[in-house]
Amino acid sequence: MNVLVLPIALPLFTAAVLLLAPSRPLLQRWISFAGACALAIAAVLVFVRVERDGILVLQLGGWPAPFGITLVADVLSAMLVVATAVVGLAVASSAFSGVDPRREGFGYHGLIHVLLMGVSGAFLTGDLFNLYVWFEVMLVASFVLMALHRTRAQLEAAFKYVALNLIASSLFLTTLGLLYGGTGALNMAELATILPACENTAYETILAMLFLTAFGIKAAMFPLFFWLPASYHTPPAAVGAVFAGLLTKVGVYSMIRVFTLLFPGDPAMLYTLLLAQAGCTMIVGLVGALAQRDFRRILSFNLVGHLGYTTVGVALGTSAAMAGSIFYILHHIAAITNLYLISGVFLRLRHTTSLTELGSIFRERPLVAILAAIPVFSLAGVPPLSGFIGKLALVRGAFGAGAWWTGGIILAVSLLTLLSMARLWSESFWKTAPHGDKSRLPGVILLPIAFLSAITVAMTVAAGPLYQLAMKTSDQLLNPALYIDAVLKGGPQP
Amino acid sequence: MELILAIASGVLFGTGFYLMLRRRLAQLIIGLGLLSNGANLLIFTAGGLTRARAPVIAEDASLLVRPFADPVPQALVLTAIVIGFGVLAFSLVLAHGIHTMAGTDDIDEIRSGGG
Repeated sequence: MNVLVLPIALPLFTAAVLLLAPSRPLLQRWISFAGACALAIAAVLVFVRVERDGILVLQLGGWPAPFGITLVADVLSAMLVVATAVVGLAVASSAFSGVDPRREGFGYHGLIHVLLMGVSGAFLTGDLFNLYVWFEVMLVASFVLMALHRTRAQLEAAFKYVALNLIASSLFLTTLGLLYGGTGALNMAELATILPACENTAYETILAMLFLTAFGIKAAMFPLFFWLPASYHTPPAAVGAVFAGLLTKVGVYSMIRVFTLLFPGDPAMLYTLLLAQAGCTMIVGLVGALAQRDFRRILSFNLVGHLGYTTVGVALGTSAAMAGSIFYILHHIAAITNLYLISGVFLRLRHTTSLTELGSIFRERPLVAILAAIPVFSLAGVPPLSGFIGKLALVRGAFGAGAWWTGGIILAVSLLTLLSMARLWSESFWKTAPHGDKSRLPGVILLPIAFLSAITVAMTVAAGPLYQLAMKTSDQLLNPALYIDAVLKGGPQP
Repeated sequence: MELILAIASGVLFGTGFYLMLRRRLAQLIIGLGLLSNGANLLIFTAGGLTRARAPVIAEDASLLVRPFADPVPQALVLTAIVIGFGVLAFSLVLAHGIHTMAGTDDIDEIRSGGG
């Protein structure tokens, strides 16, 4: 069987089995976990093949490149599919510590796998309309996951999330219509040969701005990010974790992929605008985080702020800055997913994530505190953890590109992150809590947290090879001819 | 014909955005529906309109002769309509849930009443 289909086909298969299997919680959880393991193996397989053979291309149905749908895996896609599988594994194993029974009865596990399928599909597709379809698959699964529980705050948050994301989808669809009308192509590699040579600057400007808006909403960039802090703090911890880890990253990935391929020059000051947006996103996100008094709201604003880091690379367009951003994306997926899962520990112990009710964890549960310290301080950028290395690479890239302002903003925002995380740490782990624990803590809840903390530590230890990989990725991205040739002239078949 | 459809699509976009800026959930959802249909019409029009020329190779020819109707935008629109319909149905159910829970469909009142 073809390796490139597996990261999409396996979650679909798992979801189908989950729907058909009897709805006994334990059985469902084990099937879901087995499916996540299979996805992880498939993702690693794709990654190994890409490392060995270069860009993998699969023409679905045997239709040659511009006519059919193409699946493409270069290093960036392969790395992100592996990251997706890691998040999937963590979230599937977090179900063993208990899921709200109402949610589980409505097919919670299956939806998680549909979501993973959408995310993997978005990372692997080489066709823009297909990307839209994967976006929708992902969104519909996330809509249902978000709205399954029926407290008033959750429904209200879900509605904001749904409305804003639907506007983004409509804009994306409009862009695709204009794109097809003007060029007659939707395959990204073919578009990459047509659009950069296009003489009509007005047309290019319209497309670039529409893409920037549509992906900007998905990626929660300033000034389009308000839906994220308004909704991400309400769903249960595991759902929040998979959303925070993956969904916005798909928006960022789409920006990186589409902009490097379709707009390699700087039409309409696209990259200047993106850089300004990234700077504002960082500042507004972290200033917002400092104003919050709730663990998960602080995380939401940190998530928004750090999405600025992940887009600086593509905005600057130099190899070093891009590598820094890519390293940061990988680090951030592991750290933020873990932190949302940790908020689940608080929900279990104290039934709230408001900072005033938290505390005393370090004294009473040192293991939880030590496991949590890794992602908290990694996100804060404390050396030598992976967040510090990512920020260092990014700052060096920004200064190397002569973007003094951006470098300065990155440094200042790192300080704000440190402040925000230090406060988070002292309030939720260090200080004495006003009330004791309300419930017991099942030991299994720590499994996914330990797993993701171990991954953060591994990223720190193996930072050298990982950075090399990020450099290789950014060189590949900045040389679109490689991608175009692989798709249109036929690279190694998977 | 292109001009009429382009204007129709523009009107759909305009009314869609206007309705989405209103305060009531029902209007917001109708706005969403209009918006997605505006996008559908735009894809259809931007792909070029050709009447009564199916993209089928004639029996005595070996190539497709221009002009013919491009099937791709039609396939895209079909996909988008199905997706849009599903999503719209979902948001209707969601809005119904909010309405039964909050007893109002005014967005400001829902917010001020929520905890």
